[in-house]
Amino acid sequence: MKKKDDSNSVSYAKWGYIFIVPFFIVYFIFTLYPQILTFYNSFFENYMDGLSHVGPNFVGFDNYIKLFSPDATGSITIIKYFGNTMILWILGAIPQFLIALLLALLFTSTRLNIKFQGFFKAVIYLPNLIMAAAFAMLIFGLFGNTGPINKIMVDSFGLTPFDFLAQKISVRGLIALMNFLMWFGNTTILLMAGIQSIDEALFESARIDGASSTHVFFDITIPLLKPIMVYVAITSMIGGMQMYDVPQVLTNGYGMPDNTSTTMVMLLNKYLNPSRNYGMAGTISVVLFIITAILSLIVFRVNSRKD
Amino acid sequence: MNQNKKAEFKLLIMRTLSYACLIFLSLLCLFFFYLMILNASHSNAELQGKWTFAFGTHFIENLINAWNDASINIPRGLFNSFFIAVISALLNTYFAALTAYGIYAYDFKLKKIANAFILAVMMIPSQVSAVGFIQLAYRFNLTNNLWMLILPSIAGPATYFYMHQYLEASLPLEIVEAARIDGSNEFVTFNRIVLPVMKPALAVQMIFAFIASWNNYFTPSLLLTKAEYKTVPIMIAQLRSADYSKFDLGKMYMFILLAILPVMIVYVFLSKSIIKGVTSGSVKG
Repeated sequence: MKKKDDSNSVSYAKWGYIFIVPFFIVYFIFTLYPQILTFYNSFFENYMDGLSHVGPNFVGFDNYIKLFSPDATGSITIIKYFGNTMILWILGAIPQFLIALLLALLFTSTRLNIKFQGFFKAVIYLPNLIMAAAFAMLIFGLFGNTGPINKIMVDSFGLTPFDFLAQKISVRGLIALMNFLMWFGNTTILLMAGIQSIDEALFESARIDGASSTHVFFDITIPLLKPIMVYVAITSMIGGMQMYDVPQVLTNGYGMPDNTSTTMVMLLNKYLNPSRNYGMAGTISVVLFIITAILSLIVFRVNSRKD
Repeated sequence: MNQNKKAEFKLLIMRTLSYACLIFLSLLCLFFFYLMILNASHSNAELQGKWTFAFGTHFIENLINAWNDASINIPRGLFNSFFIAVISALLNTYFAALTAYGIYAYDFKLKKIANAFILAVMMIPSQVSAVGFIQLAYRFNLTNNLWMLILPSIAGPATYFYMHQYLEASLPLEIVEAARIDGSNEFVTFNRIVLPVMKPALAVQMIFAFIASWNNYFTPSLLLTKAEYKTVPIMIAQLRSADYSKFDLGKMYMFILLAILPVMIVYVFLSKSIIKGVTSGSVKG
């Protein structure tokens, strides 16, 4: 569809530029420039000490050295919080993927022929749209010491009250539960789309050849679903690295007990609020950026191999 | 015959288990929200006392108390959140469509680079630029300015990606050519001919943009420090740091209910198109 290049024809190229210019100007001002500034900050000492402003003083890689230095107890804060973030993500992601795969298979099975699919999908996707901060506040209220969960445990089951927010395992469990509830519906829908895009004829011919359903599942469904599963897993991990609202609100920013549920973005928030430590916050941002960039590159590779 | 019956019986069991599993997960999803509504109907005294699964009679009272609370100005928060979310959603979808159309319909030198650039930055989390963003806001005295949360939505890479895919699938360039022959200006063509074709895509993305903005907590919490500019998620987080023992719990559940109600209402009416939008945005083919 090449246009003829005679002198009478008008060039429309300028309209292309006019139409994309607002997007790019806004992106440069509100995202790209702040991002460069963030990286630049990581090489400076620059923070508020009470009402007085310290810096900006160029310090080279000192912020990075500080970020990766062990504290008095010998643990490296950023590594510990990276570990927390990964654990919290994995605890939610494993059930999320297993359940989502199961549900996707149920929904797409022609033999089972599940009814009310629209209703079920609408319900399981619902938690994804709920304000994470409000969901965390709700869970805090329900699982608190005087909350209904403890009352039900004591009144109906005769158990002793349990302080959910004091134990590492239960705080992490609650965060994982919320992440699971918020994301398994989403993953189900994505995996369903993946299964539906597999050529039906493949399943047919396997069945005619007398393959069992377990055989079909492991030798056709899983291998053909692999690119989408990798895509979903890594985008989920990128989301997991940014985990903030749920643990922040549930633990009021303390990541209790003993910072075992503090995530990397919670640490970023600690440096920004209230001391506005642009230097250290910038350094954490660079670390986050590098992790996300590596994960995104993997997604990109998987996607382009598929085409 | 016997074999057939056995298979049928197996299928019946499988089907029953499937429904049981689906119903269990659905109930799990709804359970906490059910408790929320239940608790929002009880007075503080009732909530401090013995637990009951029956609905209370204090729903309206809690609503009035929450609405008129002295420390958390929820009507103001709802207004701020609405203001930001509605304008953000409009700007986000309009400019994403405009940009996608510009790159899809015209041939120009930087076209490929522009497209590749947007796709490359799509995955970068917003927290990564937050430090510089906050620093600039303080330098130019733009903290506590709601437009600082609205204007950035003009550049939404993910929305662009969706719009571009939609155009490729559903806008034949012949329509545009025909408009040109009729002497239509390019900008008018976009608004009068292209946008109507994109209506389904615009609607879905508008809903997603609205919800994303409504639920956004991290950047607003750093930017909005004055009470009259705070949005709903910031107010909800504030509840958490309040002295819990002195708090009216019925009112607390009512605050949470008010925070998620707008999205729930949108969802009741538009869940079908929202769920359809989930797949078309992220998986190709």
